[in-house]
Amino acid sequence: MNVPTTRPAAIVLDVAKRFDDREVLAELDLTVAQGEFVALLGASGSGKTTLLRILAGLDVASSGEVLVPDVRTVVYQEPRLVASMRVWRNVVLGLPRSESTRQRAVSALREVGLEDHADEWPGTLSGGEAQRVALARALVREPQLLLLDEPFAALDALTRLRMQSLVAELCERHHPGVLLVTHDVEEAILLADRVLVLRDSKIAVDRRVELPRPRRVGGEAFDGLRDALLAELGVLAGQR
Amino acid sequence: MTVDVTNTPAGGAVSSDPVGLAPLPPGAEAFPGQKAPVGLVSLSVGEGGKRSRRGSLALRLAVPVSIFVAWWILTVTNVIEPTTLSTPGATWDAFVQLLLHQDLIGDVGVSIRRALLGLALGAGVGLILGIIVGLYRLGEELLDSSLQMLRTVPYPALIFLFIVWFGVGEASHVLLIGLATLFPMYLNTFNGVRNVDRRVVEAARSFGVDGWQLIRRVVVPLAMPSIMTGLRFSAGISVIALVFTESIGASQGIGYLVSQANSLQQIPVLVVCIIIYALIGITADISVRILERYTMPWRRHQAVR
Repeated sequence: MNVPTTRPAAIVLDVAKRFDDREVLAELDLTVAQGEFVALLGASGSGKTTLLRILAGLDVASSGEVLVPDVRTVVYQEPRLVASMRVWRNVVLGLPRSESTRQRAVSALREVGLEDHADEWPGTLSGGEAQRVALARALVREPQLLLLDEPFAALDALTRLRMQSLVAELCERHHPGVLLVTHDVEEAILLADRVLVLRDSKIAVDRRVELPRPRRVGGEAFDGLRDALLAELGVLAGQR
Repeated sequence: MTVDVTNTPAGGAVSSDPVGLAPLPPGAEAFPGQKAPVGLVSLSVGEGGKRSRRGSLALRLAVPVSIFVAWWILTVTNVIEPTTLSTPGATWDAFVQLLLHQDLIGDVGVSIRRALLGLALGAGVGLILGIIVGLYRLGEELLDSSLQMLRTVPYPALIFLFIVWFGVGEASHVLLIGLATLFPMYLNTFNGVRNVDRRVVEAARSFGVDGWQLIRRVVVPLAMPSIMTGLRFSAGISVIALVFTESIGASQGIGYLVSQANSLQQIPVLVVCIIIYALIGITADISVRILERYTMPWRRHQAVR
């Protein structure tokens, strides 16, 4: 299990976000420690993605304080690759070009098992492959903060399982602070050191997951935690 | 940057809760003795980035107003001589003169009527051809290469022929403007129809939407962004074609005024005409923008900057 160090990878203090008259986030505090894997659950429209976009610098908080490391990267729900660039160029998108750039891209692709696809066009990849390229693109920068915005949601069930264990493995190796936004309670418990639930524009639940790794779905402890979190999300255990 | 981080619960609290979950103790000190965390940068916060309506309008007007002021200063101080460019004052006098003694309003009206009729004709035909060629293979094979050939014929070269064919009346003017505005509309419509998401068309077909219904309810709306781009080009070109066509075989219109002013070397009148053309151009552009809001209500909230 990842033992969080005491140094933070991101700090959010008393942050609010308003869109016109609608308040999406209010008085929100959150700290992600270095190397800590945090999963953020919440109903649709609860502001999960807004919080992630604020941390990424894509949206601006209305008030409060947001502290993040210099190097932070995002994996979105869709791969968002540039169709007019070969796969390896996509991986090193925005990095300064040098002779070793391609080498860097290929070794990042090797980590996600796609080194043979370096010279292909993104359009020729399957959905899962494209998402792995997006993951390689996020990791090649060696981020201190990795932001995952429902990165598995658009994948088929089998690919999702593979992708989840790939992310768990890579995060263990590179040890970035991670914020995973997801709808999937089981996914959150499988991957995270800490699970948060966003409700009424605040973090309503903040729980440490003490299950030993590698984790698998099922077991008394797992089910108990899952039912507790589902209850927090407004789904009763009996309804499933 | 000093930050108080005492209330952030990420400390190393480990519990032996049998169910595997441990609520974090409130007020656990996350970073004892560490005031400003190392290596973090503070992101800007606030409602910035949104410009007020008034500020936006001021920015839009900044360049035209600067040009006007520069024109004024340069001509009044004689840095640019009146034989090269008239002063705003002389231009205003010429404008009043045209208005009172030469039926300027009638000229502008005639020109706008020609431009609008020609645009309606050309853009209408271009739209229809673009849809047919974009949608049906037969249409493309039959028409596209011919249209591409015609497209490269410069329309000013046809003015004389049009007068011979259609007479010295309104018809030749309107038809020439129609021809000039047909191609931008055709090319953009074709492109837009081609880029309509095939999967959506397939889905609509599978629900029995076909033929005219498919075109009207699915293809044209989805191709509308391109069609509107085409309309903008066509509207601009209709004004340019107006100048050409009115320079020959017309006894009224702004183009007629221009050719007269050209031969009489009346600089102030030329400047008045240029300003009128510019105003017609911006009016056409604003009209198309307004039209865009009404023809594509689903895009009102998703402008990408």
